[in-house]
Amino acid sequence: MTKLRFIPIGILFFLASSMLLVSCDGDKKAVKKNPTKIETTGTIAAELTAPPHVPAPVGARGAKNIKLEMVIIEKEGTMTDGVKYVYWTFGGSVPGSFIRTRVGDEVEFTLSNHADNKLPHNIDLHAVTGPGGGATSSFVAPGYSKTFSFKTLNPGLYVYHCATAPVGMHIANGMYGLILVEPEGGLPKVDKEYYIMQGDFYTKGSTGEPGLQPFDMQKAVDEDADYVVFNGSVDALTGDNAITASVGETVRLFVGNGGPNLVSSFHVIGEIFDKVYIEGGSTINEDVQTTLIPAGGAAIVEFKVDVPGTFILVDHSIFRAFNKGALGMLNVTGEEYKKVYSGVIQEGIYHPEGGTIQNMPDGKAASTEAPKAMSLAEKMEAGKNIYSRTCLACHQASGEGIANAFPPLANSDYLNEDVNRAIDIVLNGKSGEITVNGTKYNSIMTRQTLTNEEVASVLTYVYNSWGNNKSEVSPADVAKIRGAVH
Amino acid sequence: MATLFRLTICILMLWTGNAYCQSEMVPIKGSTYTPLYGRDSLQVSVSDFFMDVYPVTNQAYLEFVKEHPKWKKSQVKRIFADENYLSAWETDTSIGKSQSLQSPVTHISWFAANDYCACQGKRLPSIDEWEYVAMANESLADARRTEAYNAYILSWYEKPQTFRNEVGSTFKNYWQVYDLHGLVWEWTYDFNSVLISGESRKDVDKDSNLFCGSAAVGATDLMNYAAFMRYAIRGSLKANNNMKNLGFRCVKDKIPPK
Repeated sequence: MTKLRFIPIGILFFLASSMLLVSCDGDKKAVKKNPTKIETTGTIAAELTAPPHVPAPVGARGAKNIKLEMVIIEKEGTMTDGVKYVYWTFGGSVPGSFIRTRVGDEVEFTLSNHADNKLPHNIDLHAVTGPGGGATSSFVAPGYSKTFSFKTLNPGLYVYHCATAPVGMHIANGMYGLILVEPEGGLPKVDKEYYIMQGDFYTKGSTGEPGLQPFDMQKAVDEDADYVVFNGSVDALTGDNAITASVGETVRLFVGNGGPNLVSSFHVIGEIFDKVYIEGGSTINEDVQTTLIPAGGAAIVEFKVDVPGTFILVDHSIFRAFNKGALGMLNVTGEEYKKVYSGVIQEGIYHPEGGTIQNMPDGKAASTEAPKAMSLAEKMEAGKNIYSRTCLACHQASGEGIANAFPPLANSDYLNEDVNRAIDIVLNGKSGEITVNGTKYNSIMTRQTLTNEEVASVLTYVYNSWGNNKSEVSPADVAKIRGAVH
Repeated sequence: MATLFRLTICILMLWTGNAYCQSEMVPIKGSTYTPLYGRDSLQVSVSDFFMDVYPVTNQAYLEFVKEHPKWKKSQVKRIFADENYLSAWETDTSIGKSQSLQSPVTHISWFAANDYCACQGKRLPSIDEWEYVAMANESLADARRTEAYNAYILSWYEKPQTFRNEVGSTFKNYWQVYDLHGLVWEWTYDFNSVLISGESRKDVDKDSNLFCGSAAVGATDLMNYAAFMRYAIRGSLKANNNMKNLGFRCVKDKIPPK
């Protein structure tokens, strides 16, 4: 009895599974070819590009032999204004030249080490199947070159890097880049493509300390980065170097992370990734806010830009973005699209409960706390403490500010011009464009919840530090501005 | 008068000729020490020897080439020195205006360096000998744990074009020897006895008997990374290679009494 029941079920299973097979074959005839069997026809020279640009897509071309020549150059560059660093580079840029191939290509790779260099180097390409990813075959002394070849077997976006002892130091000095292996037929067409790679840097001096900064091995071992940047320097993707797109375009970013230590939480402020090729592989995730990019890994992100404006690219481990440089910009131009994003509709003032300190009647505040007139030295000491907890995060320890985001307080013409204006800004905040020492800033400073004495102290501290004009601000000066009608 | 003049010239030539060929040497007292990296035993012993105070200069090598035409760049055999040999020199017997005669000679192959030393009755130092003398700073015979010593070596990696500087432009170390760090890399006799395959990560866990420090990544690592680079550069070379940043000096087991 039981046996009889089983037989029809078995048949059903058989039928069902064969139907499944048929439907699979029907809608996807792309039977995965053994990539080692893909034949190449013809030879071309590789197109290599420096970031943020990428070479032309492979499109529908067949697999080819590709001749690729890359030169390793050790050279001094700029980490941020006033800070120099000796970078070790693949092709003269950090990250190194972008390599674009398709599955089945056979790449003849010639790695040359410039004669002026001090050290031997090599290259490990994560797209290479073989011992060391090419490192064993490409170890090359200054003034020499090595050639090896490989066939690209797996589509995806891959990191390459130097793997010569001490490996961490070579990577920390900028020796990494990306190689893209497109699937047969190429990636879907988009309007704009860019190349972005994050890296962490370790310098003897602390963040922002000027001069030629040597590499600091101890900090690298401790994973205590002084700079975390996109494309090798703080300003590589901001201001005039910002990447651009027009409203309605689809943007594809090839994002890598050279490390050596830190994992990136890649995010574009004000955008949602329509597609993420997770870890640069074949799986596509949709509607993603932040994607994790491991050190020595990559991801492809795509999004359509619907509204104009500046979109900030960050490592959302956010202190890295605002304090260590992991910040880039995408400028989108075109028509406003108010339905998608309105902009400011109405401005108002919101005073939460407890925010009463700045609203206390000045006369009363003065009568209860003011009698103790502080000396300059006392103001300086108090001011320094207030500065550290209130101002330092944006304006930085030595008042140097952060390029393109927060104006400097050190040697600041804007500050020295008008004490009352400075008091007003501390009390009431400031937004909109201002010009400081010849550079335009368009940012927002929030109003500060400080007493008159605190404002007087912190401004006195700022005015008497870093080459400013030594103005002394009294609580009465602050009270006057606080009383003024806006 | 003419005889006297000729005699003066002769003496002068002898004196200068001597200066080129028999460069100053200083005694190095041998000892036993733990090398930084890259040997198959923990301790190595070095016997007493003498070492050139300075690396061999362009001027000294020029004299050598004039005496030994087979080492002229137009005549050298490719198996002994590839196309880069003396490539910065203008002709066979002139170095060109861009360089100083007192700068270390570079673009020299191991074969050329080896033969130069042999012709002076000297030899190239072994890695152990070179490293032994080079672990000194101005005041200590072994300064490898001194932060400033390591910082000095590392800062050199970031200084461009130091091969243009003249010999003696760096510091005089404990043994009275100049320029072991901060000027150019130097050939050693057994430079290729340390196997760095180019895949340094593999080296670390595979050839554990070859690398004394391989298991101890950590405490000594920081001290060693300045030295890593020397072993890496040696490992990347072949004996007929010639690098812009690579010169040499000679040593001798004993100096015969005058």
